[in-house]
Amino acid sequence: MPPRRFETRSSMATRRRTPRTSATTDALPKAATGIAGLDELTEGGLPRGRPTLLTGGAGCGKTMLAAEFLVHGAVRYGEPGVFLSFEETAEELTQNMRSLGFDLDELQRRRLLALDFVRVERSEIQETGEYDLEALFIRLGHAIDAVKARRVVLDTVEALFAGVPNHAILRAELRRLFRWLKVRGVTAIVTGERGEATLTRYGLEEYVADCVIVLDHRILDQVSTRRLRVVKYRGSAHGTNEYPFLIGSRGISVLPITSLRLDHAASSERVSTGIEGLDRMLGGAGVYRGSSVLVSGSPGTGKSTLAVSFVDAACSRGEKSLMFSYEESESQLLRNMASIGFDLGRWVRKGLLRIESTRPTLHGLEQHLVHMYDLVRDFSPAVVAVDPISNLTEHGEDAGLKPTLMRLIDFLKMSQTTALFTSLTTDAATVLASSEVGVSSLMDSWLLLSNLAYNGERTRTLQVIKSRGMPHSNQVREFVLSAKGIDLVEVYMDGDRVLTGVARVAREAQMAAANELLGRDHARRRRDLANRRQALDAQIAAMNMEAEERAGDVEFRIARERLEAERPHHAAKTGATATTGAEGATGAEGSDPAPRRRRKA
Amino acid sequence: MTASKPEWQLRLYVAGTTARSVAALENLKRVCETHLAGRYSIEVIDLLVNPRLAAGDQILAVPTLVRKVPEPIRKIIGDLSDEERVLVGLDVRPVG
Repeated sequence: MPPRRFETRSSMATRRRTPRTSATTDALPKAATGIAGLDELTEGGLPRGRPTLLTGGAGCGKTMLAAEFLVHGAVRYGEPGVFLSFEETAEELTQNMRSLGFDLDELQRRRLLALDFVRVERSEIQETGEYDLEALFIRLGHAIDAVKARRVVLDTVEALFAGVPNHAILRAELRRLFRWLKVRGVTAIVTGERGEATLTRYGLEEYVADCVIVLDHRILDQVSTRRLRVVKYRGSAHGTNEYPFLIGSRGISVLPITSLRLDHAASSERVSTGIEGLDRMLGGAGVYRGSSVLVSGSPGTGKSTLAVSFVDAACSRGEKSLMFSYEESESQLLRNMASIGFDLGRWVRKGLLRIESTRPTLHGLEQHLVHMYDLVRDFSPAVVAVDPISNLTEHGEDAGLKPTLMRLIDFLKMSQTTALFTSLTTDAATVLASSEVGVSSLMDSWLLLSNLAYNGERTRTLQVIKSRGMPHSNQVREFVLSAKGIDLVEVYMDGDRVLTGVARVAREAQMAAANELLGRDHARRRRDLANRRQALDAQIAAMNMEAEERAGDVEFRIARERLEAERPHHAAKTGATATTGAEGATGAEGSDPAPRRRRKA
Repeated sequence: MTASKPEWQLRLYVAGTTARSVAALENLKRVCETHLAGRYSIEVIDLLVNPRLAAGDQILAVPTLVRKVPEPIRKIIGDLSDEERVLVGLDVRPVG
């Protein structure tokens, strides 16, 4: 894709609000179709006052697109229209358009629309001599005058080739018709059936040369995708690629819808993922509002559950959520999620949650995305979950995934919608990294769920691979699903290993046992210590006693010696000391010979 | 159809009095006088005067001759210059 187209398209985003007064109208006035995407692609709409040729195979949406052009013209832009149908009766057309929510009867009553069915029956018609198709002009002119029409659809004038035998006359008249339409100044869509080698079977492109749009209905891998291409647009720039389009319940939408400029406002508000442990891993507050989260993992790792938790959290906050489920039907999803404690049914009943379950094979990738656009615009949810996005890619060219997904993410960011995409991968981490790298770069946060099979047991783990603009845990957490929902268990760090599952439980038990043993050992050692202390205390008491004994003895002797030293004076005066002297003889005989000698002397 | 009405009821759609529409009416009258004398009626409708009437008989080309009665309805477009084809178109057995 050339970058130039991006510029023109991004400038369209601002212009879209006022499609009829765009910068390009200086060069060429345009009439907005009101069809989502087509006005961007043609930079404002179809050439005003000129016929546009709309061609394509059977059943590719020509009539629908043309009718929508008229309805939007009448309702939104105040331009009444005339639908001249050569194939469907007015009743059939009214009925068909009612299925898209367009009430043609009502528009006819309000004189905003005139339906005329031109039946061409070859078997009834004989020709003799010269004629012209003035009656057709008169009919058309009359219808235009009746509603003051500014828009005209001729669907399909090629039917005239079957009804009018003389093609030379018919061609001349068609040429006159298109000139006449220009003179009347009406913006016209002329539809034509695609031919083998030409744009239309009867070469209408020869007469309508201002703008040619080709619709295509292609089958690729058994999945049909409608595509639209502006082949020619005289005097105006236009997107030349093929753009997928969808006939949804609200009419036609053509991608592109948003610009590819990165100018969305970034919110700093955080929203919870619904799992406390995961919020903690993501800086403690969850993801940013309006960011995109990719959850990838192998089968059975809990991707859907995570998505549901995300949605459930949003509904609990009172926000609207939209969930695209490509694997489970709504009731199946409700039942399965109820088994792990998510009561989604109440949100559905409250109108907060919408679950869109379709088979991925229903449409091609682009059509799925267009369908998503429609729903998101319709429901305007705060949170969108797509489960899983990898299913969409199975049936399309992978190369188309990134740009289309980018458009979707861009669109969601513009509307501040937080999005979660799950993606199914194989278990091998290396394969994962290479296969998802294209998509993952678009995402703000990337969570990886994986299965750890170890020691006869499988454990779900979760890790945050990236999360822009917030601190996030780099640890692997164990992801536990129970009847109460999801729980993230702190992993058990054992040395340089991270233990999960039974290994974690066993290790925890082991540690508990070891702790107990250690406790007992401590108690024993304490007891031992106490015993020793007691023994020592006893010893200390005994030694104290001995010391006291000795101290007593010493004191006694000192006292006696003092007594003995004083005896010579006392003995002469009193006889009371005799007892002392007797004692002294028994207690300390021979220790103090000098006084004794003095006494004998 | 009531018995009082003619056996052949023809309606000729034209757009204004062009040379072609005048020729068509003249040609038609001649054919009818020759082959259906006294058994026909011709109603000429000018779509420029009554554009609304074009839708009723699903008229695209002018001039268009419509055989209303006898049924089924048949249409012949052109200036009716080829008498033989007009007769075939109207399913009239030529007289003489």
